[in-house]
Amino acid sequence: MPASPGVDSGNELRILGFLCNWCSYGGADSAGVARLEQPTDLRIIRTPCTGRIDPLFIVRALINGADGVLVSGCHPGDCHYVEGNFHARRRLETLKRILPVTGINPDRFMYTWVSASESGRWQEVVREFTARIHTLGPAPRMSDTLTETLAAEGLPMQATNGVK
Amino acid sequence: MRIGVFVCHCGTNIGGTVDCPQVAESAGEIPDVVFASDEMYTCSEPGQESIVNAVREHDLDGVVVASCSPRMHEPTFRRAVERAGLNPYMFEMANIREHVSWVGRDKKANTRKALELVRMAVAKLRNATPLYSDKFNVTRKLMVIGGGVAGIQAALDAADAGIEVVLVERETSIGGKMAKLDKTFPTIDCSSCVLGPKMVEVAQHPRITLLTASEVQDVAGYVGNFTVKVKRRAVYVDWDACTGCGTCIEKCPSRKTPDPFNEHLAATTAINIPFPQAIPKKAAINPEYCLHLTKGKCGVCAKVCPVGCIDFEQRDRVDEIEVGAIVVATGYDLFDHSVYKQYGAGKLPDVITSLQYERLLNASGPTAGHVKRPSDGAEPERIVFIQCVGSRDRSKGRPYCSGFCCMYTAKQAILTKSHLPDSQSYVFYMDIRSPGKGYDEFTRRAQESYGAQYIRGRVSSIHQHGKSLVVRGADTLAGMQVEIEADLVVLAVGVEPAKGALELGGTLHISADSNGFFMEGHPKLRPVETNTAGVFLAGCCQGPRDIPNSVSMGSAAAAKALILFSKAQLESDPQVAAVNPQLCVGCFKCVQTCPFGAIKESEDRFGNPKAEVLASVCKGCGICSVTCPHGAVQLNNFTDNQLLAEVNAICPLPLA
Repeated sequence: MPASPGVDSGNELRILGFLCNWCSYGGADSAGVARLEQPTDLRIIRTPCTGRIDPLFIVRALINGADGVLVSGCHPGDCHYVEGNFHARRRLETLKRILPVTGINPDRFMYTWVSASESGRWQEVVREFTARIHTLGPAPRMSDTLTETLAAEGLPMQATNGVK
Repeated sequence: MRIGVFVCHCGTNIGGTVDCPQVAESAGEIPDVVFASDEMYTCSEPGQESIVNAVREHDLDGVVVASCSPRMHEPTFRRAVERAGLNPYMFEMANIREHVSWVGRDKKANTRKALELVRMAVAKLRNATPLYSDKFNVTRKLMVIGGGVAGIQAALDAADAGIEVVLVERETSIGGKMAKLDKTFPTIDCSSCVLGPKMVEVAQHPRITLLTASEVQDVAGYVGNFTVKVKRRAVYVDWDACTGCGTCIEKCPSRKTPDPFNEHLAATTAINIPFPQAIPKKAAINPEYCLHLTKGKCGVCAKVCPVGCIDFEQRDRVDEIEVGAIVVATGYDLFDHSVYKQYGAGKLPDVITSLQYERLLNASGPTAGHVKRPSDGAEPERIVFIQCVGSRDRSKGRPYCSGFCCMYTAKQAILTKSHLPDSQSYVFYMDIRSPGKGYDEFTRRAQESYGAQYIRGRVSSIHQHGKSLVVRGADTLAGMQVEIEADLVVLAVGVEPAKGALELGGTLHISADSNGFFMEGHPKLRPVETNTAGVFLAGCCQGPRDIPNSVSMGSAAAAKALILFSKAQLESDPQVAAVNPQLCVGCFKCVQTCPFGAIKESEDRFGNPKAEVLASVCKGCGICSVTCPHGAVQLNNFTDNQLLAEVNAICPLPLA
């Protein structure tokens, strides 16, 4: 079996996923139940609805060292809260256009819709997005000196995944 | 804060690909974690007991369990934490089964990921606050939407248990599809003899209010306290006075009104009672065909009516009804077979649907039970039944099995033989699916005792040849093409959700699956519940099913509603939005975006504008939290601080 990108080859990247509880989190659950193998880079944060996801969470993650951020929710028209994902879609689409202005590569961010029954689709989304982030490589990071300065000032720096 | 972490092996489900003792050991080093252990099955009784004991022994303020999905066991562990004397919301779950051990094969990577998920959960819990539920009263009244057999059963069961029931039906009579059937499988019971008494019981029940010719327009509120707007369609007859004598129907000159009850095999009059056993047995005017309402002429019915109940001035009106729970039983519609060009696309008069054939067999149908083909009224001798028309056909967007077509085709083949002893039936089928009690025996009987000839294969074309139809298809068991000259072709059309069901689903905030059938709460364990508390499902609106299954579902939905009504008060979910009045500037953007109208404009005691959350209406989506420019509205248990803590647990360092 070919090794999935990121599977303990020392180059796992930091990918954050914001998932709505009703559709995509359920979809990720059903992918697990169906034992659909996925790369291990993604860490999922559960929210009630994509409408709860503040674009600033995503910006914060990307500024603080995430190599990629994925948002997934119910298909438009299928929102458990009627119109939460419509609000999300507007906000996230706007975010996508603003990211280049901030100097962040907009390809490091993606939003998509996966229902609770689409386990196969979820596997595809995770594989494709992880592969995309691996193609982009790790996000640009602080210089070592700055890291040391921060450490000297006692700021938190529990680097994860063995990534500097 | 003193936090305890419990890492679950779930047997080998997690333990097989995650080093659980290692995760527990490393979790013990996370700030504020004062106790960490690994358990074989944390959800088991000893597992829960160890949580309770650890909370007491180590004086814990919060608990993290790293195990399966919170969609599975969050309530279980919240109860355990509550038993230990903590607030149930001082609990977090890390999903290291569905999201880690079951999707990754590499033990080292999995172990690291599991630990990070634990770290995120601890970070979120560190920012948690205890939450408390409110108690609220329940309106002990049930609304059933749809008066087919499933809705009738739900209404009768709930009413017999002492609950007030409002039954809302779109047509002018209850009975649904079952009322149109002649006989039912596998007993060949007369359909209206089974259903009729139940319909009468609905009409006579002191606790059932029957609203026919009515549709649900809007639903507001929440479990225990719904306000439903019901549109009462004008029928232009005062039903309190109408005795159902039928004099008006005899005299009505507009005799070309379409008759949906007879599946358009015959016409009816503009004022009519849909069928002899209708409940309520009251006349109603079809305004599109009434000469008085369209042209201002006629008015014969008003002249002949012995009680003077015709009221041309009647208008639609909307009633507001308060109920505590809702059972949705909107049923199904038949697949429109006109997309099948090879079957005549609805243009060949002697190619009819299964339900039309049912009306031909029915003694109260348009031919009084004599099987006559529509084109010339002749008795057919050779009848071809084609199954799976609009079922199991991905090319027509109907990938699912409609479930009961195999059975009703067998029934119709049997009934055909008893109506026309010299006839010969042919059934084209893909597979015979007859898994119910006595069902397989029944389909065999159709073949063995009633001589229906079953041919396994698809029909490729039907075309008119003189007075008869030529049906050409494959016999895949014999491995050859077959051609049958038939007098009548009956298409066993599949089922699809009732028209308007999707809109109703939107009104009720319940979702539908990819085929348009309403989604149950859990496919195995909550088959009649929805993800919206207080809304239950019965019958074919949830998926195709036969009469016994629809009836059981009706009873089950009623039982679920009764559980709700058995409590004096309900507890609200405290994971709702809350406004911090110090931060709120009264811009009311939240009021504009809330899809549920759960935030209202209000004032503090100095007269400053402030938003106010109606906790009982709030469903906890958090759209308002993101909308608020000042972070003044926060969703309990999903606050900015909690979610950002999770982000920071993974991404702690700013970029250069």
